[in-house]
Amino acid sequence: MVSLQISKIIKYFILIFFAVLFLTPVYVIIVTSLKPLDEVSLSSMWALPSSIDFSSYAEAYSKLAPNLMNSIYLVIPATLLSALLGAMNGYVLSKWKFKGSNTIFTIILFGMFIPYQSILIPMIQFLRTIDLYNTIPGLILVHVVYGLPITTLMFRNFYANIPDAMLESAKIDGANFLGIFRHIIMPLSITGFVVVAIWQFTNIWNEFLFAVTITTSDQQPVMVALQNLSGSQIVQWNVQMAGALLAALPTLLVYIFLGKYFVRGLLAGSVKG
Amino acid sequence: MAQTKTRKKISKDNLTAIAFLLPSFLLILVFVYGFIGWTGYVSLSNYNTIVPDFSFAGLKNYIYLFNDFRFQADLRNTLFFTIFFIGLVIILGLGLSILIDQKLKGESFFRNVFLFPMALSFVVTGVVWQWLLNPSTGFNQFLSIFGIQPKWYTDTNILAGFEWGSIEFGLPVAILAVVIAAVWQMTGFSLAMYLAGLRGIPDELKEAARIDGASEFQVYRKVVLPMLLPITVSVIIIMAHISLKIFDLVYAMTGSGANFVTDVPGVYMFETTFRGNYYANGAAIAIIMLLLVAIFIVPYLWSNRKGGQ
Repeated sequence: MVSLQISKIIKYFILIFFAVLFLTPVYVIIVTSLKPLDEVSLSSMWALPSSIDFSSYAEAYSKLAPNLMNSIYLVIPATLLSALLGAMNGYVLSKWKFKGSNTIFTIILFGMFIPYQSILIPMIQFLRTIDLYNTIPGLILVHVVYGLPITTLMFRNFYANIPDAMLESAKIDGANFLGIFRHIIMPLSITGFVVVAIWQFTNIWNEFLFAVTITTSDQQPVMVALQNLSGSQIVQWNVQMAGALLAALPTLLVYIFLGKYFVRGLLAGSVKG
Repeated sequence: MAQTKTRKKISKDNLTAIAFLLPSFLLILVFVYGFIGWTGYVSLSNYNTIVPDFSFAGLKNYIYLFNDFRFQADLRNTLFFTIFFIGLVIILGLGLSILIDQKLKGESFFRNVFLFPMALSFVVTGVVWQWLLNPSTGFNQFLSIFGIQPKWYTDTNILAGFEWGSIEFGLPVAILAVVIAAVWQMTGFSLAMYLAGLRGIPDELKEAARIDGASEFQVYRKVVLPMLLPITVSVIIIMAHISLKIFDLVYAMTGSGANFVTDVPGVYMFETTFRGNYYANGAAIAIIMLLLVAIFIVPYLWSNRKGGQ
């Protein structure tokens, strides 16, 4: 009994030690971003602020606000479009398999693992040609296309859990491909759409490489603006910390309120059904 | 009669199915495979200028890179980054998931604490850890109590280094600072994977081993770990491809560093292509990155494809 107690204490000790370590950056962000300017010094990074001061947030927000809007204009259509296309593909690849459909799926899936550097130079030339370079719609196009593999994978795995018998009986009742999709699959897809949308929202919001190469200054999403903020020598680091929190807030809130679905997406995207 | 009718209907449905899939498939063919081909073509050209020049250069750009100090340093850094990053993500994820799975109080709190960095951008992580591992502040203020002051990402030492090519080959100490930040961000991934795996192992199986006289340690070594092997393979593959193409974390946190001690191919590709207009060199780096990723991914996808049938 005693040894059981001791082992329990050791387990807690290890978990708490790592939990503190993992939360350290959060502490530093919050403490630093709430300090008045005259208390922000390298030597007192860990000290609590003597009074709470939101001026870093005001300054960070004034610098990041336009880019936050760009991110919102980007992430909503890109998420919806890539989820819809993923649902269509997943439906076909799980419920209407044909000869070679598994190969087609693998060909699509490979696209999610490539380093995007390997398509970036042609992509930019292409976007220039169709006049979408340095525009939000151009960035939406890119995220929809390169989001297809993961959304297809997620919906395919999701639909694999819907019993074939349901489709068979609908077919006997005379329902066709589209009818089954609209009246059986779609109503059962709500959880699937939530999981995929959260995953795509998080990824597109956080993405940096496409954002920094395809857009310039006033078209840039928030992560590029945050990077510029931190790269600039004249910006105080309390403002950088406030900016980091502002930029991270949408995905953090999604995680806090819908974390269950976020984890499901994480698992759905990594293990193939 | 009825037979032919159903058959006709199915074939019409099959056509609709193909029409559903075709736009996405064509997009992937063009934007993934076509563009990779195009990048390959650029990498074999003389397009190291602002004005496009697609004249054939053979392997010139690749030969240049493999003799280039910066690219050799990149490959060295990527190697050590990948090893330490994957190793730590697996050890921490596995260890913490086993502890969380012990039915202790507060397990959902711990799970959430280890998982939330997954929801953040690598840029945010980079901005914050750049300050935490800054040699003159951050963690060093605690460590100074013990009299140690690591230089973190500003350290230019190469551990156990020896001359190889034009670089000193060995462990670049500075890259470990980037590893810490990356592990902080990605441990949640392996933790979630292992937790799902642990939940899938029936308690009876562990119970049976205990009845056979196995100690708790042996239960995990002989029963649980072997059953987690497929998950470990998935985690390694997914972390490896993240590690090989990493760009934003390094770019936001440290940049290339002195003597390129924290440089990686992703950063080199970005800077040489979009800041230096060396498009052909950039394309060659991208193709090498793709080949490195493909070594891991293609066998994985191939074996999954068979398993899925």
